[in-house]
Amino acid sequence: MTDFTSSPTGANGRRRGGSLLELDARTKRRNASEARFRLMGVIAVSIGVIALIGLLSSILMNGASSFRQTYITLNVFLDPAKLDKAGDGDLEKIAKVTTFGYAPLIQKAMEAAIKENGAAVDGLNAKKAAELISKEAPADLRRFVLANPDKIGETVEFSLLAAGRIDGYFKGRVTMESAQLDRNISPEQLMLADKLKQAGVLQIKFNWAFFTAPDASDTRPEAAGLGVAILGSIYMMLIVLCLSLPLGVAASIYLEEFAPQNRWTDLIEVNISNLAAVPSIVFGILGLAIFINIAGLPQSAPVVGGLVLTLMTLPTIIIATRAALKAVPPSIRDAALGIGASKMQSVFHHVLPLAMPGILTGTIIGLAQALGETAPLLLIGMVAFVREYPASPPEGFFDPASALPVQVYNWTTRGDPAFVERASGAIIVLLVFLVIMNIAAIMLRRRFERRW
Amino acid sequence: MSAGILSLIVIGLGVLGYFLGRGRALSLATATGRKLHSLPGYYGQSVALFTAVPALLLMAAWLFLQPVLIDSRVNAMIPDSVIPEGGARSLVMADVRRIADGLDAMMADGGISENELDQMRADITNIRSRLANVGVALGSDVPVAVFDAAKEMRQSSKTGALAMTIAVLVLTLGAGGWTLMRINTDLRARNISENFVKALLIGASLVAILTTVGIVSSLLFETINFFKIYPAKDFFFSTVWNPQFRGGSDLGILPLLWGTFYVSLVALLVAVPVGLMIAIYLAEYASKHVRSVAKPAIEVLAGIPTIVYGLFALITVGPFLRDYIAEPLGLGSSSSSVLTAGLVMGIMLIPFVSSLSDDIINAVPQSMRDGSYGLGATQSETIKQVVLPAALPGVVGAVLLAASRAIGETMIVVMGAGAAAKLGLNPFEAMTTVTVKIVSQLTGDTEFASPETLVAFALGLTLFVFTLGLNILALYIVRKYREQYE
Repeated sequence: MTDFTSSPTGANGRRRGGSLLELDARTKRRNASEARFRLMGVIAVSIGVIALIGLLSSILMNGASSFRQTYITLNVFLDPAKLDKAGDGDLEKIAKVTTFGYAPLIQKAMEAAIKENGAAVDGLNAKKAAELISKEAPADLRRFVLANPDKIGETVEFSLLAAGRIDGYFKGRVTMESAQLDRNISPEQLMLADKLKQAGVLQIKFNWAFFTAPDASDTRPEAAGLGVAILGSIYMMLIVLCLSLPLGVAASIYLEEFAPQNRWTDLIEVNISNLAAVPSIVFGILGLAIFINIAGLPQSAPVVGGLVLTLMTLPTIIIATRAALKAVPPSIRDAALGIGASKMQSVFHHVLPLAMPGILTGTIIGLAQALGETAPLLLIGMVAFVREYPASPPEGFFDPASALPVQVYNWTTRGDPAFVERASGAIIVLLVFLVIMNIAAIMLRRRFERRW
Repeated sequence: MSAGILSLIVIGLGVLGYFLGRGRALSLATATGRKLHSLPGYYGQSVALFTAVPALLLMAAWLFLQPVLIDSRVNAMIPDSVIPEGGARSLVMADVRRIADGLDAMMADGGISENELDQMRADITNIRSRLANVGVALGSDVPVAVFDAAKEMRQSSKTGALAMTIAVLVLTLGAGGWTLMRINTDLRARNISENFVKALLIGASLVAILTTVGIVSSLLFETINFFKIYPAKDFFFSTVWNPQFRGGSDLGILPLLWGTFYVSLVALLVAVPVGLMIAIYLAEYASKHVRSVAKPAIEVLAGIPTIVYGLFALITVGPFLRDYIAEPLGLGSSSSSVLTAGLVMGIMLIPFVSSLSDDIINAVPQSMRDGSYGLGATQSETIKQVVLPAALPGVVGAVLLAASRAIGETMIVVMGAGAAAKLGLNPFEAMTTVTVKIVSQLTGDTEFASPETLVAFALGLTLFVFTLGLNILALYIVRKYREQYE
């Protein structure tokens, strides 16, 4: 004890004659470790946020340009000698002229436009100059003529798609150097494109066709659009909504309000929580084996996709609905029962309307998940190349269609780098849909949320 | 009559039944001067339910079963002799179906009448060119048996459709009429219609079980078919994956499992430390303001579809890793690699790990933290020595759930990991996973009954068993842990 008074630090030798405010080595070490740990937390959060920003900005930077498209405006003379040889305006005969018959008209119009604007480039013949225009353009022209046969013989102004490489040149994807090595484009053609742009023949416009046009072949990325995919996705979402909402709500009402506590109920609940965790691709196998092979539904059809996605969405909706039903206080049910309502009446007249905002929020979130789901749709054949728009429902549910996320995957498997731009653009469209749906869900929750 | 019109008729009759039932109940009440047992609407409701629901269910079942039955019957009509050498029965069946559709199209065009069709014989009439006229192109001339089978298929689906229409209408009118007749003032219509609705609710909740049964049975059935034509020993223990179009493939699952586990491991190495630290920081350190910004931002990552991550791997992460790390170090020259897929999948799993761990850390009672602070521990010491050990079972559960997600993830690995089945250690090399091969084997052009296609079902079953096992284990651990503090 005498030791203790003579040296106030005690047996462990701390704070030898120092001030209380001065930190000793061990405290410093502990504080440093505290700071380090905290820093690790900050770093982890930043990694998460940076990953989010990196992901979104990479997609945005790659895809934003797909909303603009290069067009070349030409005055095309619809030559009756080529299109309507008989001169009797018979639509069947006009239809016999294939797109090859329309290409020379465009070539002539291009020549005229170059001459008019004095944009000629040395070493570039008329055929090469016409290659600035997409191979899709003759088909567009033909479609126009078949729709308006009376225009034959007139000169009509057309806004024609520029070829994919030209479009890429104005978006920075193609350069003079890369054009030298590229068989599909030459530096002279790019020079011509520059001149035409100065003359105003070549413009860059907002790309409406991206939202409405169907998919295009591997060599025509400039014509590829999302029309069929958006329509297919909408059809599938309609099916998912019409099936999964009633089924999910009915199942949740039973489980939450009526089901007795027994093994059977347990089995159903375990099943639902397991289904929520089954990999999505397994649902694709289910769709292929049951809906296509056994039930004989057509491949690539929105109805099969819708059914598969319904089964995938059900657990989400059931879990959300049960939470919403649980949040309605028992006093509401008791009051209804107290004035003579049956159990069923108390649920359908009182509990369900009060739980509706929560149910709808869960449904929208479930639909958003289903909208972005890709893997199961690959297995049921939605990755096929579909150029025809599906008919209007209900027959259209059985027509082949694509879906937004599958279209993205489809485009990434193609060779031309222009398709990467299109795929990123399609992702932006998909994300905009998702953001709208999620904002709707949040607003619904804010607007109708009720604290008991 | 098409199924759509028929179901509209049934629903229309149901609505009509509602008003008839209600009206009958009301008129009975006024006529007899007695009070009704239930509100008049319930009488209408019970009639409507009995009119529409059984008939619609019958129709759904019929539409599902009829093609199956007709197929098996028509299949029996095709002798083995008409199946071309090296071809398959399924292809002949596809032809039969197309010819049947073509005959319908010929009828619709007004080209032939029913009688003419009966007399049409494949060996006499030039059926191939006539079918080509209505847009059905056939590869070869039609054998007699195939044509007869097609006629039979057409005939029986027509008979079936007619029989369905009659059966559905009879059931609608019968059940509806019967309930309508039963109405009297003492009928407990509310109880009847409520029990009916309850039965419907139970039916809806059985869909979950049916889905599971459907998944398991479809996987098992085709897997058994696969093991009949391919030895199970080679599937489970062979280290070579090399499918061939012309048969003689090596379909060993080991390289695929290795790829799956390697990619998942990389993903977990990214996601678990980052996710856990995010959860700790947000739960223990962050101010309310930071939390309200950072938490939703991290959770946005969870709402992004996996195809977006796949594209990110393909166009950004893959080329970046190749150009700045793999090629300078001489480790590889492929932009799709284990590391690409693993990193991106790790990002995808961060919110998964962090939000689950966040809940678990918040569930640790405050008294434990206060006790630790009272003994003089710093905040990080409290977290490391008190909170985390207490939350450990829950965190393990979260990691297992994340692992199950990683194993089942498809789009990221399809677009980021590559397609080469390899057993290697270099993370910059392309490897492939179970899910990638399911996609490639089922979207290819191989014939359905070949081992190259059926192997996808065996792979799917393996995947299902793995993820299910991990999930059950994780849920068990989490549930057990929750009980500790409640």
